Amino acid sequence: MTRKTESATKRSPEAMDVEQWLHVYEKMVKIREFEEKANELYLKAIMPGLTHLYSGQEAVAVGVCEALRREDYITSTHRGHGHCLAKGASVDLMFAELLGKEAGYCRGKGGSMHIADPASGNLGANAIVGGSAGIATGAALSAKKRGSDQVAVCFFGEGALGQGLLYEVMNMASLWKLPIIYVCENNLYNEYTHYSEALAGKVTARAEAFGIHAETIDGQDVQLVYETTKRLVERARRGEGPAFLECMTYRYYGHHVGDISRTYYRSKEEEQEWRNKRDPLKLLADKLVGGKLTDQSVLDRIVTDVRSEVEKGMQFGIDAPYPDQSEVNQHVYA
Amino acid sequence: MSTPEREITFAEAVREALAEEMRRDSNVFIMGEDVAEAGTPFKVLSGLVEEFGKERVMDTPISEPGFTGMGIGAAITGMRPVIDIMFGDFLTLTMDQIVNQAAKIHYMSGGKMKAPIVFRTTMGASRRSGAQHSQSLQAWVSHVPGLKVVIPSTPYDVKGLLKTAIRDDNPVVFIEDKMMFKMKGPVPAEEYTIPFGVADIKRKGDDITLVATSSMVQVALGAANMLEQIGISAEVIDPRTTTPLDRQAFIESAKKTSRAIVIDEGYESYGVTAEIASVIADGAFYYLDAPVKRMGAMNVPIPFSPALEDLTVPTEETVFQMAKTLCRRD
Repeated sequence: MTRKTESATKRSPEAMDVEQWLHVYEKMVKIREFEEKANELYLKAIMPGLTHLYSGQEAVAVGVCEALRREDYITSTHRGHGHCLAKGASVDLMFAELLGKEAGYCRGKGGSMHIADPASGNLGANAIVGGSAGIATGAALSAKKRGSDQVAVCFFGEGALGQGLLYEVMNMASLWKLPIIYVCENNLYNEYTHYSEALAGKVTARAEAFGIHAETIDGQDVQLVYETTKRLVERARRGEGPAFLECMTYRYYGHHVGDISRTYYRSKEEEQEWRNKRDPLKLLADKLVGGKLTDQSVLDRIVTDVRSEVEKGMQFGIDAPYPDQSEVNQHVYA
Repeated sequence: MSTPEREITFAEAVREALAEEMRRDSNVFIMGEDVAEAGTPFKVLSGLVEEFGKERVMDTPISEPGFTGMGIGAAITGMRPVIDIMFGDFLTLTMDQIVNQAAKIHYMSGGKMKAPIVFRTTMGASRRSGAQHSQSLQAWVSHVPGLKVVIPSTPYDVKGLLKTAIRDDNPVVFIEDKMMFKMKGPVPAEEYTIPFGVADIKRKGDDITLVATSSMVQVALGAANMLEQIGISAEVIDPRTTTPLDRQAFIESAKKTSRAIVIDEGYESYGVTAEIASVIADGAFYYLDAPVKRMGAMNVPIPFSPALEDLTVPTEETVFQMAKTLCRRD
């Protein structure tokens, strides 16, 4: 991983390391396919509860996590499957968790909105909007106190810009030069409300007010997300403090799987426009095939392999047993 | 103990516990408002920054949810933070972080993660501080699974319990009565800890059980002295921790005395007293000669005027009167 990221700084977009970008493509496909199956599980009433799909935003999670080491930290959101998979979670244990099974990442006790996998640096998804801002910043503080060079990434949607906690911790992160990147995934909608109705002023100006370096980029371009994050992560590792990265992106589905009739807050044309012209998977595929870096058949094979992995993972989750009833009051206290 | 006992204040006992644990474990650090040079407005932490430096006694901006959340992030990644929340009333500002995050991390992660963190805060009225600096909110946090809650009543207890809290692998809310910081009591110079969930009989008695917490322990002991004058022998039991709760200790005492009053400075409605009273009513039902009574803060925002504030908290006199009534001596 270190070797790969070091060489990437010297590479121009035209001279991509094909192997790495195929790996990135595979990860994005995995998230897309995973979410398709998660939606299917909901529609067939196999999955308990609701879930928030990440489809459309894949380039953000994958681009950011590709710039991180396994021991670096992330905190995730209610729309968190993409972050978990990008940081290294496996689809079978993810499906098991979504289905409330003992084999799941949290023994079925967390569910879709609470997947945590400390082994891959994932400190947990969070069902409180902006709720993990303190945790991620505290992990960065801890890394600094322990003298490790770990970096923390706090993922949140633009909806979290309404939460005061974020501003309290950005202030401290800047004051103490903590190694943290605040990644704001601006998918345009605070649940069912366009962000322009909920947000005054400029997004990046919020971070700049604390003296935090801030950028806004196209979150559909995985290469751009990766290269920008890599630069910000290196900066943080050198002790130069936090950064704020706004990634402009789009969620293909509704706020959650049950949000099917959406025309009262956004048009079908708008959804089609993003799917047709700004799909992160298509954009990368075009770059790879169009630039003659690989053949379409190679990409097709990746999709076929991933589909089979996701299918198997889903079946694993379906077949896995529920936790024993005696589990209900275990793990309340350590 | 054969050697003459050393006496120190409640605040000194807190400071000693912190200093000893910080020397013992380099992962322990303190974070909060005015904790370093100022040593908090109550001067409880005076001297710690001089020994441990500003990296381990960290002054923060006035951002309770922010530094509380950061403490949790540090706790789940290997540190053992002690978060200083100046007034118990400010717990309300940190509730998402303590209740939705810290308390649930271990369970929601299926036991994979743990948050060893102490939230030190205060409680108690009668300081003429008004309604937003006088509440005793232990019931709020005692209500939430995943948190442990400590409400110590003596210098000896606060030292031993705080050391246990810092070593515990769970989030612990540690609530100290502001009015007690200057109170002196015996504290051995030797190292000791006190386990959670073990009530302490502060005074033995046969006729009535007074279960009292934190600030109310001294009130109950005062009332017990008054009761002794009229021939009523009161037993005073201090739970020391509301979570875990030493249910059996109250039940056994009430079985012996057949009468009980539960006294806590939190609001009387839906409070700690309600929980403990129900434990006694349930566990000692066939032994009781009178209904279990509860005494807490009056259900009003704590008023500023001394003439009004003093009416809101149980006193030796009101506890004495209630006990006399229960023992049919009025």
